Amino acid sequence: MNRRRIGYGILLAIMLVAPTVIYPVLVMKVLCFALFACAFNLLIGYTGLLSFGHAVFLGTAGYVAGHSIKIWGFPPELGLIFAALAAAALGWVIGSLAIRRSGIYFAMITLALAQMMYFVFLQAPFTGGEDGLQGIPRGKLLGIIDLKDDLNLYYFVLAIFIFGFWIIHRTIHSPFGQVLKAIRENEARAISLGYDVAKYKLLAFVLSAGLAGLAGATKTLVFRFATLTDAHWHTSGEVVLMTLLGGMGTVFGPVVGAATIVTLQNELADKVGSLVTVIMGAIFVICVLAFRRGIVGELGALYRKMTGTR
Amino acid sequence: MTEIFGVPIQALYGQLMLGLVNGSFYAVLSLGLAVIFGMLNIINFAHGALYMAGAMLAWMGMEYLGIGYWWMLVLAPIAVGLIGIAIERLMLQWLYKLDHLYGLLLTFGLALMIEGLFRDLYGVAGQPYSIPEALLGAFNLGFMYLPKYRAWVILASLSVCLVTWFVIEKTRLGAYLRAATENPQLTQAFGINVPLMVMLTYGFGVGLAAFAGVLAAPATQISPLMGSNLIIVVFAVVVVGGMGSILGSIVTGLGLGVIEGLTKVFYPEASSTVVFVIMAIVLLVRPAGLFGREK
Amino acid sequence: MMKRKVLALALSTMLLPVAGTALAQTAGKISGDVVKIGVLTDMSGVYSALGGKGSVLAAEMAVEDFKAKYKPKFKIELVSADHQNKADVGSNKVREWYDTEGVDMVTDVLNSGVAIAVAKVTTEKNKIMMNAGAASTRLTNEDCAPNNVVHYVYDTYALANGPGKAVTKTGKDTWFFLTADYAFGHSLEKDSSDAVKAAGGKVLGSVRHPLNASDFSSFLLQAQASKAKVIGLANAGGDTINSIKAANEFGITKTQTVVGLLTTIVDINALGLETTQGMMFTEGFYWNLNAETREFSRRFFSKHKGMPNMLPAGAYSAILHYLKAVQATGTDDTATVMKKMKETPINDAFAKGGKIREDGRMVHDMYLVEVKKPSESKEPWDYYNIKQVIPGDEAFQPLALSRCPALKK
Repeated sequence: MNRRRIGYGILLAIMLVAPTVIYPVLVMKVLCFALFACAFNLLIGYTGLLSFGHAVFLGTAGYVAGHSIKIWGFPPELGLIFAALAAAALGWVIGSLAIRRSGIYFAMITLALAQMMYFVFLQAPFTGGEDGLQGIPRGKLLGIIDLKDDLNLYYFVLAIFIFGFWIIHRTIHSPFGQVLKAIRENEARAISLGYDVAKYKLLAFVLSAGLAGLAGATKTLVFRFATLTDAHWHTSGEVVLMTLLGGMGTVFGPVVGAATIVTLQNELADKVGSLVTVIMGAIFVICVLAFRRGIVGELGALYRKMTGTR
Repeated sequence: MTEIFGVPIQALYGQLMLGLVNGSFYAVLSLGLAVIFGMLNIINFAHGALYMAGAMLAWMGMEYLGIGYWWMLVLAPIAVGLIGIAIERLMLQWLYKLDHLYGLLLTFGLALMIEGLFRDLYGVAGQPYSIPEALLGAFNLGFMYLPKYRAWVILASLSVCLVTWFVIEKTRLGAYLRAATENPQLTQAFGINVPLMVMLTYGFGVGLAAFAGVLAAPATQISPLMGSNLIIVVFAVVVVGGMGSILGSIVTGLGLGVIEGLTKVFYPEASSTVVFVIMAIVLLVRPAGLFGREK
Repeated sequence: MMKRKVLALALSTMLLPVAGTALAQTAGKISGDVVKIGVLTDMSGVYSALGGKGSVLAAEMAVEDFKAKYKPKFKIELVSADHQNKADVGSNKVREWYDTEGVDMVTDVLNSGVAIAVAKVTTEKNKIMMNAGAASTRLTNEDCAPNNVVHYVYDTYALANGPGKAVTKTGKDTWFFLTADYAFGHSLEKDSSDAVKAAGGKVLGSVRHPLNASDFSSFLLQAQASKAKVIGLANAGGDTINSIKAANEFGITKTQTVVGLLTTIVDINALGLETTQGMMFTEGFYWNLNAETREFSRRFFSKHKGMPNMLPAGAYSAILHYLKAVQATGTDDTATVMKKMKETPINDAFAKGGKIREDGRMVHDMYLVEVKKPSESKEPWDYYNIKQVIPGDEAFQPLALSRCPALKK
């Protein structure tokens, strides 16, 4: 336990100084996607539900945050909360439909419903369609701290990330989280034990959607831009990849995965152009074929092997 | 000119015809998905990318080798079928014992790779492919203007669908196939080479996708993105139809295409979402799909 | 939790001043002794044929020509990137350019959606955009930024006025628009509608299609159902080409006239004279205007295997004009350079007597052209009859009508 604390401490220290070494906007992007992937992991890793349309929550929250801050003049913190709630509400609607089927069908339904929302956003007047919602002011946090400054914003984003991460951590280790794991391992048995499985699944879905929304709203604040890209199926695929690469069902896996993928995309975009997509696809294939535990999962297994099973 | 509900009849028939064309693509693609799902228990996300590869191959055949449309209509599906067989042997076969979701993830990765490769080579702007000479021009039916090529697309895809249905439901080969779907171990015990059938089924399924791709080539722009835009709609079609029956997926595909076409006449804003809305309604009323059985 | 906050606060207060000085520009000098120009364009998408590699080539030519003629003491660097026609990709790239690479000016930026987003970042970071590719009049109206953005080549007002009035006056007075569904298409549809109405015509309706649509047939059937005499294509690049092809396939061109509102010589070359003869539209540049345009265009042609349209030609001119202002003032400070650029008239292969107005609009002559019949064309790329030279002050929206908030103090 003590060792884990030290680990967290080191990570925190790294995150605190990161923006002085690395371009802060990039680190913030990593944090947003890390939170997004963690939220996604709550479903796939701990409940066994593959949502293939998770970008819709990222995108929706982006638009809601953008619209409420830019048009209605919400302060940033209120805009974020409102956006996360909106994403959770949408999660409730999509979730209630999707949990009517399981397995592959669940994946296809979430994908299809997310695509429907994509088309809605494409045409709805408040999203700005193809142009996106531009020039969203970052505003002042609690009316005092000016978020226009990248560093101020960075520490705000870091706080949001830690908050989201903490919630997920708590959920996993709560009795509720135990039931979710039971559903993942053996749904029939969970039902026979008297758990209302559908309700648990839906609740997990809503929570995941809300946190994905928080990530999306934060991203909007960073880039001052809400865009269709965030709601596109490509982004849904990316978050699956991040989680898969980092390690499904591990606490830090999604964070590692998100950091790897975002950095990779950023580094490669100018050098290899659209071959980035090919590389992403190849990572997918390799992970599925040979590397299903992901980076953190494999490292954990290695660690356990070296220290003897514990 | 006559009008129905304030819509000129010519436009109505025109959109209906386009709806049928789109529906034919939905039908061929969802048929391929259903056949593959039946044998492999995998949702083939790469289906759209291989459909696009079919169209791209048709274009490349013309551009680099001077091979015309009619030859490519045969050659492209064979080539893509072979690629499919390679994919099945090299990758998919290792996943059958795992959760089915891994099949979806693997084929998704493949879809990204194929799409990215063509994007890198040819950009996303789309390549033009001219209509073969025999099908140039149009029938002027008086009440509407029917381009010959579009009529051919409907005819060709329906024939392919019906032949597939006939083979699976009415022939000995089809009987083996159905038996292997139902109970692979038992079928294997009867001396039928089930892995071979699985391999050929996947090859055939993606061959169908490539066939649809070649059919689509002269009718739309051949763009690396053409497959991924389509495949998600086809997923919705599959959910609506349920994957239980071959005929079901054909009928659902055509039907939803026509509904989409009609939406373009009466309420164009909803035309891109109508299939998904129908899917949501079907899920509420009949979660297993119109022709599906709950497993 | 408490400790974290304290630490964060302490760290941020420590770091703030450092960041502050690093960002501050010292006027009167060139930052890092390098003038860095970013060419942001569509490299592989639906508009890549209009700008894309051609614009990058034109930028290289501009830098070479400038170095040869003016022997500057400062270094000039070029970077380029593909925005994929996505506003977020473009604005994020430019933000990174300004923040980490010391880019002073961005150019080309075709696609209005991207351009408006980039204009916002450019204003926020107080740099310069010389827009040579986007068309929406919003850049000098609702979304204007006169201190940071020059709208250099053309806009939807200039494009719409020529054909909108000329075609309507020939008796083809009912219009239906096929519109690309984003900032550019909306602007072009609006400005064209105004032009048609001003000439006494009527607009019967419009249908919007997504950017880079794969199939135009159903949209064209809607246009056909409107029974309008003219179908105005408020789209560009690959979308225009495909609309015209689909219109031919469905026999629509037999009964209705199709007008491509943003058409350039590159599209005509792609479609061929057989299909396009007699089409009328506005261009900002034609390679065969005079000795100077021919000299520039032939040089461009030798490397690009195609004649330049107004986008690369405009980017070439914009970069030259910018570099001259930097040379004259000895600084890359935004306000100083901008002031100088607005004072200096533009005379080069692209524009004669061009001037940048206070709203950022560069005003120069435009040309109403008609596509030649195949029999009239005497050499490759001999495509246009110039019907009318529209003087700059008539071609562009008068300053008095500007809706730019920054001008109305």
